[in-house]
Amino acid sequence: MSVHDLENTFQRKIDEEVKIEPKDWMPEAYRKTNLRQISQHAHSEIVGMLPEGNWISRAPSLKRKAILLAKVQDEAGHGLYLYCAAETLGMSREQMIDDLHSGKAKYSSIFNYPTLTWADMGAIGWLVDGAAILNQVMLCRTSYGPYARAMVRICKEESFHQRQGFESLLVLSKGTPEQKAMCQDAINRWWWPSLMMFGPKDSESTNSDQSMKWKIKRKTNDELRQQFVDMCVEQVKLLGMTLPDPHLKWNEARGHYDFGEIDWNEFWNVVKGNGPCNKQRLDARRKAHEEGRWVREAAAAHAEKQKIKAAKDNLAAA
Amino acid sequence: MNFQIRKFYYGDIPEEKGGGSNYQTQAESAAWPLWEVFIRSKQGLDHKHVGSLKAADAQMAIENARDVYTRRMEGVSIWVVESKYIHASNPDEAESLYDPANDKVYRHPTFYDLPDEVKHM
Repeated sequence: MSVHDLENTFQRKIDEEVKIEPKDWMPEAYRKTNLRQISQHAHSEIVGMLPEGNWISRAPSLKRKAILLAKVQDEAGHGLYLYCAAETLGMSREQMIDDLHSGKAKYSSIFNYPTLTWADMGAIGWLVDGAAILNQVMLCRTSYGPYARAMVRICKEESFHQRQGFESLLVLSKGTPEQKAMCQDAINRWWWPSLMMFGPKDSESTNSDQSMKWKIKRKTNDELRQQFVDMCVEQVKLLGMTLPDPHLKWNEARGHYDFGEIDWNEFWNVVKGNGPCNKQRLDARRKAHEEGRWVREAAAAHAEKQKIKAAKDNLAAA
Repeated sequence: MNFQIRKFYYGDIPEEKGGGSNYQTQAESAAWPLWEVFIRSKQGLDHKHVGSLKAADAQMAIENARDVYTRRMEGVSIWVVESKYIHASNPDEAESLYDPANDKVYRHPTFYDLPDEVKHM
């Protein structure tokens, strides 16, 4: 079969909602796009543990500490599901991790913002995980089988992340004046970076349709972002707080909320490594990797020894 | 294949837009093998493939599988097998591989037309 025929067959499968599996033929660009997207998603889960890890030892109660630990542990798990899915596309885990540590591979820019107060844990759960969930729910139907399956598993677990965040803010919103102020401050700081998580505006991208045509993505950045804004405007009312955007206004004709312009300079600046915590995050990842090296080596040496011992025992028993 | 993907979705920032650095990692001397994980979700059901993970040996693979795949009581039993021992059919040969079953509709109960009066069948 010629490449042209293979591409046609491939596109027909996509059109008929047949999932693509690792050993199936796929266009090189499809493989690369998926590999980049899945590995960046995996890195985001792993780096995403760091801003929250900051508060595990300082959580205000044992209950909140246990919840935060469980959430961070989930994120480690989500990173693993995604690394496995990415590996099926032909890149080794070691290579992916090296690319993260060298700065070649990206992760979601949201994790380059600092977590300054306890209320940030609530705001991250509500806004950051809320934004991620919209994206991930869509990705449960993505065309690459291993990615879709990882997403289904992740979405099942992620719902608690958002709910615990909102509940934590709800408690603060009913607290002392200081707690209320802390709650509002966290919302103010996390709102705009959360909107940036959906990526540049649709109008900013040329030749935009390939990911949609291949059903890697099924909704555009702007569609998802609008969905998020509409959701949050209603939810924030229950907190008795406000979103830091004077342009937020219901638009009867569109049936959606209008909102203000995102600071795209800030967005690209953080992507390029100049955010408040880019260096700190990568340094923490590299340090963890280097300091864990002896553990990986010791485990491998132990496994090798056990194998030799088992072989000897078998021989002796025979 | 000369289209370019220029759309930057969440989690899809192109590499040339990144900052990058000169950080070099040491080569990993102790790469752990990959394992496939199968979990029985409750007594009486089959073990089902749930995913894969890295581990130095079988015992560690089972412990990691517990941590990664059963944090919410999703299983009562775990199987792990090193991925290299899995042999798979070739999707390119699917047509010929499954061809023998393709024209044997009489293997299905619905092939047989029976009068409505026949009960319990």
